[in-house]
Amino acid sequence: MTTEADRGAPRVSPLYDPKVRGIAYQVVLALVIVFVVYEAATNAIENLRAAKIASGFGFWTVEAGFDINQKLIPFSSTGGSTYGDAFLVGLLNTLIVAAFGIVLATILGFVIGIARLSKNWIIAKLSMVYVEVIRNTPLLLQLLFWYNAVLKPLPDPRNSVSLFGAIFLNNRGVVMPTPIAGPNFDWTWIATLVAIVVWIVLSYVARKQQAATGKRFPANLIGFALFIFLPLIAFWAAGGPLTFEYPKQSRFNLTGGMQIYPEFVALLLGLTIYTAAFIAENVRAGILAVSKGQSEAAHALGLSNGQTLRLIVVPQAMRVIIPPLTSQYLNLTKNSSLAVAIGYPDLVQVFTGTVLNQTGQAVEVIAITMLVYLTISLTTSFFMNIYNSRMALVER
Amino acid sequence: MTIGDNLTPMNSSGAYLGSGDLPERKPPVLSRGAVAWVRENLFSSIPNTIMTLLGFWILWEITPPVLNFLIFDAVWEGSGRDACLESVRNAPVGACWAFVKVRLGYFFYGQYPIDERWRVDTVWLMGTLGVVWLLWPRVPYKNWGSLYFFLIFPIVAFFLLVGTPTFNLQKVPTNLWGGVLVTLVLSTVGIVFSLPLGVLLALGRRSKLPLVRLFSVIFIEFVRGVPLITVLFMANVMLPLFLPDGWRPDSLIRVLVGIALFAAAYMAEIVRGGLQAIGRGQYEGAQSLGLGYWQMMVLIILPQALKIVIPNIVNTFIGLFKDTTLVSIVGIFDFLKTIEASFVDPRWATPVTRATGYAFAAIFYFIFCWGMSQYSQWMERKLATGHKR
Amino acid sequence: MKSILKAAAFGIAALGLTVGAASAQGVLQKVKERGQVICGTGLGIAGFGMPDEKGVWKGIDIDYCRAIAAAILNDPMKVKTVSLTAKDRFTALQSGEIDVLIRTTTWTMSRDTSLGLNFAGINYYDGQGFMVRKSMNIKSALELNGASVCTQQGTTTELNLADYFRANKMKYEVVAFVTNDETIKAYEAGRCDVFTTDASGLFAERLKFAKPDDHMILPEIISKEPLAASVRHGDDQWFDLVKWVHYAMLNAEELGVTQANVDQMLKSDNPEIKRLLGTEGKFGEMIGVSNDWVVRIVKNVGNYGEVFERNVGMGSPLKIERGKNNLWTKGGLQYAPPIR
Repeated sequence: MTTEADRGAPRVSPLYDPKVRGIAYQVVLALVIVFVVYEAATNAIENLRAAKIASGFGFWTVEAGFDINQKLIPFSSTGGSTYGDAFLVGLLNTLIVAAFGIVLATILGFVIGIARLSKNWIIAKLSMVYVEVIRNTPLLLQLLFWYNAVLKPLPDPRNSVSLFGAIFLNNRGVVMPTPIAGPNFDWTWIATLVAIVVWIVLSYVARKQQAATGKRFPANLIGFALFIFLPLIAFWAAGGPLTFEYPKQSRFNLTGGMQIYPEFVALLLGLTIYTAAFIAENVRAGILAVSKGQSEAAHALGLSNGQTLRLIVVPQAMRVIIPPLTSQYLNLTKNSSLAVAIGYPDLVQVFTGTVLNQTGQAVEVIAITMLVYLTISLTTSFFMNIYNSRMALVER
Repeated sequence: MTIGDNLTPMNSSGAYLGSGDLPERKPPVLSRGAVAWVRENLFSSIPNTIMTLLGFWILWEITPPVLNFLIFDAVWEGSGRDACLESVRNAPVGACWAFVKVRLGYFFYGQYPIDERWRVDTVWLMGTLGVVWLLWPRVPYKNWGSLYFFLIFPIVAFFLLVGTPTFNLQKVPTNLWGGVLVTLVLSTVGIVFSLPLGVLLALGRRSKLPLVRLFSVIFIEFVRGVPLITVLFMANVMLPLFLPDGWRPDSLIRVLVGIALFAAAYMAEIVRGGLQAIGRGQYEGAQSLGLGYWQMMVLIILPQALKIVIPNIVNTFIGLFKDTTLVSIVGIFDFLKTIEASFVDPRWATPVTRATGYAFAAIFYFIFCWGMSQYSQWMERKLATGHKR
Repeated sequence: MKSILKAAAFGIAALGLTVGAASAQGVLQKVKERGQVICGTGLGIAGFGMPDEKGVWKGIDIDYCRAIAAAILNDPMKVKTVSLTAKDRFTALQSGEIDVLIRTTTWTMSRDTSLGLNFAGINYYDGQGFMVRKSMNIKSALELNGASVCTQQGTTTELNLADYFRANKMKYEVVAFVTNDETIKAYEAGRCDVFTTDASGLFAERLKFAKPDDHMILPEIISKEPLAASVRHGDDQWFDLVKWVHYAMLNAEELGVTQANVDQMLKSDNPEIKRLLGTEGKFGEMIGVSNDWVVRIVKNVGNYGEVFERNVGMGSPLKIERGKNNLWTKGGLQYAPPIR
C-alpha cells in the first residue's frame, strides 16, 4: 500500500488508516448487498419455476371479470375492462381520497392548532382533548368507528333524506344529479381559463406596482370577481347549455345521478380527523416558535390582530410548519391504504387485493404497488421542498 | 377627555407638567376568584362567548352518549348473548363488558396454553420492573438497570416465552401466542431494535463514504415511501419466496423484522435532525482531542443529538405501537385481531359485541400511548431546565 | 486490508455454503422433521375453521388438517394454523409459508394451472347463494336488478356475482371487503341489500344475527363451489397424501368404521376394511406413512360423516343437511376411489 508520497509521513498500519478502513467498509457493504439481492432474485425465480407459477406482466391486458363500485373511469366486467384498468381505477381512487384528505386535514389542522392557543379556556381544552384522543388511538380503529358512524344514522334507500328533491342521502351514500354539458358548454371552460390567466397577470402587475410606487391595487378582489362572473356570463350567453340527470327511485337503490359512497366518506373523515390532530400540533409548535416580540412589534406598528396573524406570525410560522407538514401529507397518502379495512376500493384493495388474488402474481403486483407509492411520495416531497425553499428565510 | 388636555406647556424647553388632578377611575372589576376567571376566560367578548357556548354544546352532545354506552347502560355480568340483547333485557344496552370478561384470557394470551400462562405473567412482571427501573429517575443504579433490561431480561424472557427443555419448560410455538402478548412483544422488540438501527442509518446518511451514504439514502427513502401494509405483506406471505428452500424463519420474527426496519427508517430521519442541530465546534473539539469516529459519535455527538430529539423519538415509538395493529390485516393474532376473531362466535353475537370490543381496544391503546406521551413531556420538562434562555 | 477482505469473502462464502446445503426435500419429509403440519386456514368461519373461547381451532377444514397430522405423526394436535385472508391465501401457499391450504377454497381451472396449485380432496360441495332481508319481499335472485351486493374480495364469489348479473342482464353495485366478518357487518348495517357467499357460509352467518328469521336465503344456487384442499405444484408425494387422507375418511364412513368402533373393526374379516385399516397390504407405506394410518385418523378425528355432523351438521349450531355432501351410496357426490 505504500507509495512514494507516503514515505515522509509516519507509517500507520493499514489496519488503522481511516481511508483504508473506509474502502473496506464499503467493499464489505457492497458485497453483502450484491449477495443478498442475487440470492433473493435467484431463489424467487427458482421457487416460482419449481411451483410452475405464471410470471411476467401479461396479466395487464387480460379481462378482469369483476366489478368495482367507485370508479372515475369506465370500468365494468361486461365492458371487457382489464386488470390494467382495475389498476388505474384503484390508483385514481387513492389519489382522490388523498387529495381531498390533504386539503381538509390542512384546514381542520390549522383551525384546531390555533384553537389550542385560544384564550378561551373551554375551546383550548376541547382542542387539547381532541388532539390527545385522536393521536393516541390507532387509525385502524378510528376508521372502523367512522364507517359505522357514517352508516348507522342514515336511512335505507327507500326512506332517503332528500334535499330540494334532487340530492338524496341514505346509507348507500349521497346521490346527486349528474350535470350533462350541452354543445356550447366549452365556452364556460374557456371563460374560466381566461379569468384565471387574467387574475395571475393582475396580481403580478399589482405586486410590481406596489414594489415600485407603494400604491396598492386590489388585484385579488378583482381577480376573484372575474373568476366568478366571467364563466357565469359566458354560460348565460351560450344559452345555459347544461342539463341534469336526476336520480330515480328504483326497487333497491336510486339509479342515475352521481353517487358519493359511504366508504369514501368514512375514509376521508377518518384520514382527515386523524391527520388534522398531527397537523394541529405542528401548527401550534410553529406559532409558538415565532417570538412574542414579533407580534408586539406588529401591534406597535398599528396592525390589527388579523393583519398581525396574516402578515407577521403565519409567514414566519410556516417555515417551521412546512417540513413536518410534508411528512403528514405523505403519511395521509400512505395511510389511505388502510381503506382495505372498510371496503373502499383504493389501490391496495383493488390491486393487491382482488387482482393479486385472481392472477396469483404476487411479486409483480406488490412491486408495482410499492413503486406507485414511492413515486407519489417522492413527487410530493419534491414539490414541498421547492415550496419550502421559496418560503425559507432569506438571510442578508 | 384625554390625558393631554390636562397638560399645558410650562416652560420654553417644551416640557409638559400636569396642572390639575386626573379624574377618578372606576375601581377595577374583580380580577381574582371564579367569577373573574370565568369572565376573563370564557365571556370576555361576544365572539368569545359564542365560542364558549359552542364548546359547551359539543360537550353536551358527546359526553352523555359515551358515558351511557361505556358505563350506565353497560352489561357487566352474563354468560351468553341473551345478556346483551335489547329484546331480551327490555332495556337499552350499552357496552357488553360480559363478553370482554369471558374472552379476557384470550385477548391477553391468545392460544398460549392455560397451564403455561404464568410464564407470560412472569415476563410482564419482569418487563414492568425493568421499565420502572430505567424510566423513573429516582431509582438508583441505572447502569445495572440497563444491563438487566437490555441483556438479562430479553434472554430470560425469550426462554420463558418460547420454552426450553433444560429447565423443563414446555415449548410454546409462536403461532399459539396472541393478544396483548403479541402486541407488546412486537412493540417492545420493534422499539428496542429500531433505535440503534435508526442511529446507524442516520450516521450512514451523513457518512463521507459514498457507497454507505447511497445505501442509507435509498433504504430510508424507500421504506418511508411505501405503506407499512405492503411491507408487512412482503414480510408475512412473500418472504419465503425469496429465501432458499428449507429456510423458514418464524412468521412472528419476520413481521418483527418488517416492523423494526420500517420504524428504523423513520428513526433515522429524526436522529439525522438531531445530528444536524449539533454545531461544527463539537465535532472539531472531539477531533482535536484525538477521538476516532466512533468514539466521537458515541461519547460526544450522539448523547447531545439524541437528547434534543427525545420527544420525536417517543412520538415514533407511539406511532410504532399504534401501527402494530396493522399486523392484524396480514393475519397475525395481535390484540386487535384476537378481539375481531371473537366477534365470529355465534354465542356472543349481539348488535353491541363489535362496538364493545373496539371500545375496549381503543381504551387499551389510548392508555399506553397517552402514558408514553405524558412521560415524554414530563422528561422533556425535566431535561430542558439547563437550556432555557 | 487484504486480511479484512479475505475474512469478508470467507464469511460470505461460508454463508453461501450453508444456504446451498439446505437441499430440496419433499414437504412430507419436512413435516416429519418439524413434527408439525402447517395449515392455512381462514380468519374464522363458523363450522369450517374458528377458534373457540380457549383459542383452540375447530371446524371441518381444521379436522381435515388434523387428520393429515394424525396420519403422519399420530397426533392430531401437531398442527400449526396460519390464519389467512382470502386475498393472502394463494401467495402464502405459493411461497411455502404453509404446507397445505384448507380454507373453503374453490377448485377452479385457473387456480389449478396458472396459480401453481394442485387440488386434493373436495371436503365440501358448495354453491353460491344470496341472502336478503325478508322485508324486501323477494322470492328469486332474478328480482335483484339494481341491488347493492356485499361480497368478499379475492374470491370466486366476486367473479360469479359479476357473471350472474351479466348473464341475466341485471345491474348491481358491488361492495367488496377483505374479511367475511366485515362483509356481513356491512350487510347488517344496511349498506347492502344482498349478502352473497357460499350457501354454507350463508347459513353460518344467518345464525349470528340478532333476529335470524328476519333474513332469508334465496333458492338460487348460482355456481359450483367445490371446496378443496390445495398444495403446491411439484410435490406429488405430498399431493397424494393429502388427497388420500380425505378418501380414507370417506371410505371409513362407507365401510361403517367410526371413532367408537375402530378398535373392534381391526378384527373384522371384511377384506376392504382390512385393507383400509392396514391389517392387510402396505397401503400406508405407499404414501410414506405407517400402515395403520387410517386407524390413526379415525381414532383421533373420526370418519368424514362424523366430522361433518360434528362441525356443520346436526350436531352443530349450523344444522346443515348432508345434501350433496352425502356419500354417493346415499345420493350425494362424495365418492372415494377404492383402496386396493
